[in-house]
Amino acid sequence: MLRLIFKKLGLLVPTFIGVTLTSFFFIRLLPGDPILLLAGERGVSPERYNELMVQFGYDKPVWEQYLSYLGNLFQGDLGVSIVTKQPVLQEFMTLFPATVELSICAIIFAVVVGLPAGIIAAVKRGKTLDHTVMTTALVGYSMPIFWWGLLLIIFFSGILGWTPVSGRISLLYWIEPVTGFMLIDTLLADEPGAFASAVSHLILPTVVLGTIPLAVIARQTRSAMLEVLDEDYVRTARAKGLSNFRVIGIHALRNALIPVITIIGLQIGVLFAGAILTESIFSWPGIGKWMVDSIFRRDYPVVQGGLLMIAAIVMIVNLIVDLMYGLINPKIRHTE
Amino acid sequence: MADVTQNSAPDTRFELIVNFWRHFRTNKGAVAGLIFFVALVIIALGAVVIAPHSPIEQYRDALLLPPAWQEGGDWSYILGTDAVGRDLLSRLIYGSQFSLFIGVVVVSVALVVGVCLGLVAGTFGGWIDTIIMRIMDIILAFPSLLLALVLVAILGPSLINAMIAIAIVQQPYYVRLTRASVMSEMSREYVMAARVSGVGTLRLMFVTVLPNCMAPLIVQAALSFSTAILDAAALGFLGMGAQAPDPEWGTMLAESREFILRAPWVVTFPGLAILSTVLAINLIGDGLRDALDPKLKRS
Repeated sequence: MLRLIFKKLGLLVPTFIGVTLTSFFFIRLLPGDPILLLAGERGVSPERYNELMVQFGYDKPVWEQYLSYLGNLFQGDLGVSIVTKQPVLQEFMTLFPATVELSICAIIFAVVVGLPAGIIAAVKRGKTLDHTVMTTALVGYSMPIFWWGLLLIIFFSGILGWTPVSGRISLLYWIEPVTGFMLIDTLLADEPGAFASAVSHLILPTVVLGTIPLAVIARQTRSAMLEVLDEDYVRTARAKGLSNFRVIGIHALRNALIPVITIIGLQIGVLFAGAILTESIFSWPGIGKWMVDSIFRRDYPVVQGGLLMIAAIVMIVNLIVDLMYGLINPKIRHTE
Repeated sequence: MADVTQNSAPDTRFELIVNFWRHFRTNKGAVAGLIFFVALVIIALGAVVIAPHSPIEQYRDALLLPPAWQEGGDWSYILGTDAVGRDLLSRLIYGSQFSLFIGVVVVSVALVVGVCLGLVAGTFGGWIDTIIMRIMDIILAFPSLLLALVLVAILGPSLINAMIAIAIVQQPYYVRLTRASVMSEMSREYVMAARVSGVGTLRLMFVTVLPNCMAPLIVQAALSFSTAILDAAALGFLGMGAQAPDPEWGTMLAESREFILRAPWVVTFPGLAILSTVLAINLIGDGLRDALDPKLKRS
């Protein structure tokens, strides 16, 4: 197992170097002078320009600049935001829990609804229920989620007035960020009203962000179940006289879950892309909105640092999914 | 088509197509998607004739008019007007040109470049293969929409740049698919035979091998056509795609965001147009997959 981990990590190294190169060259590819870009809208005096030139190392050859960029990276230095003057890494860390909280809720929603939907569709294969579930899943899969979010706001916030339109919690509460997860922090602060407010703020974004993963999971579960239901051991289990529930829920599902778990893992990248849109619609103060805002504000150090962090996280999560796949699927483990 | 014998092995191109169509038409959803798509193409091509108004003319006496069937609606603006008095229906009709154009351009670029890179990687192997595939891994390490956004930030926000960015982001899927099928085809006997008879490398790649790798690529093309439309609309929605006053559906949504509670129709219809177009293409894609890929058929 340890050897496998090292082998996979080794494969990631070239990709990671490529990612750092991408983020390094990002600022240099932008049209215009990098110093003027870094200085922002106000511009700089010629003396200050030369000072910055030396400070950022732009007077050195490119490969040396890249090496010192890498060196800074490994010391956790991702640069400083032009707008807030805060270190990029620090900003990332404050906002990251909001995105993680939303993503976890979305993936839980997607699994809790998508998995049973896929199982039901597979069991009722060819029946009306199957067609209904699969058509709905395809609609979900085709959904422009930025529009879906606006529709939900029109209906649940505008017409019914049930849910708030934006943010993580009502302005009436101020919760000390301990973990950064609003649901946990409000519970720690022992304020039931604040917890309820946090939940109501979370519902619509969760549904919006979870919609596409839900559809993917439902479709994948159905086809994985269909494959497994034809297998000999399922027929054997039925022949032994086991109840339908036991056959489907235990014997079949356990094996059908293997490809489904991989699919769930691969949704992480999709979730990040979705978070950009979801957070923009609901003014959710997470990484996605931060990136979009920074692109618009031309806060390039933030874009550069955020890009790198997000890619690194996606790579690490994919690695973990890959390893878990080996753990739960003996076939793969033995061939390694 | 009924007089074609059932079990004849498809040996001519015509029979291949007939055979494909026989599988395809059993899928009702796919046929419905195809009908919708054809209708959309006709609407896009005939927009000048079909649209009741100009997509950008502002009727100052008809601001935020509701759809005709609602109270206060006007039958000369069937789906109502937006905040500056432009006819929503006409904008939607012209918007179909944008979406189809985006889909065609993105898929063509990603397909042509991706297939070439995949063919090279699969045929030659070695360090060329390693370099190409590592670059594709790097592209895949970034969430697609984020990478597209950043690329547009570098290139400057416009429809063309959004299409370039989306084509780059979709590239790896074509490269991987092509490479995988090329590698499995390369060990087949007909490739050996072609090699022995002295066929040149280029001819081997494009004429001998490529046609046998087309099935998964066609399915992927359908899927990425819909993804391209969705991503372009998302970029438009974020203000990084087509720019106002272009009636691109995502851009229309972005312009109407502030009116969602006052005038829900300006938000509802453009999104509905995106959803139904993407859905129709995905239905076609599912049908193509079932008809072209025997392994996945009927599952």
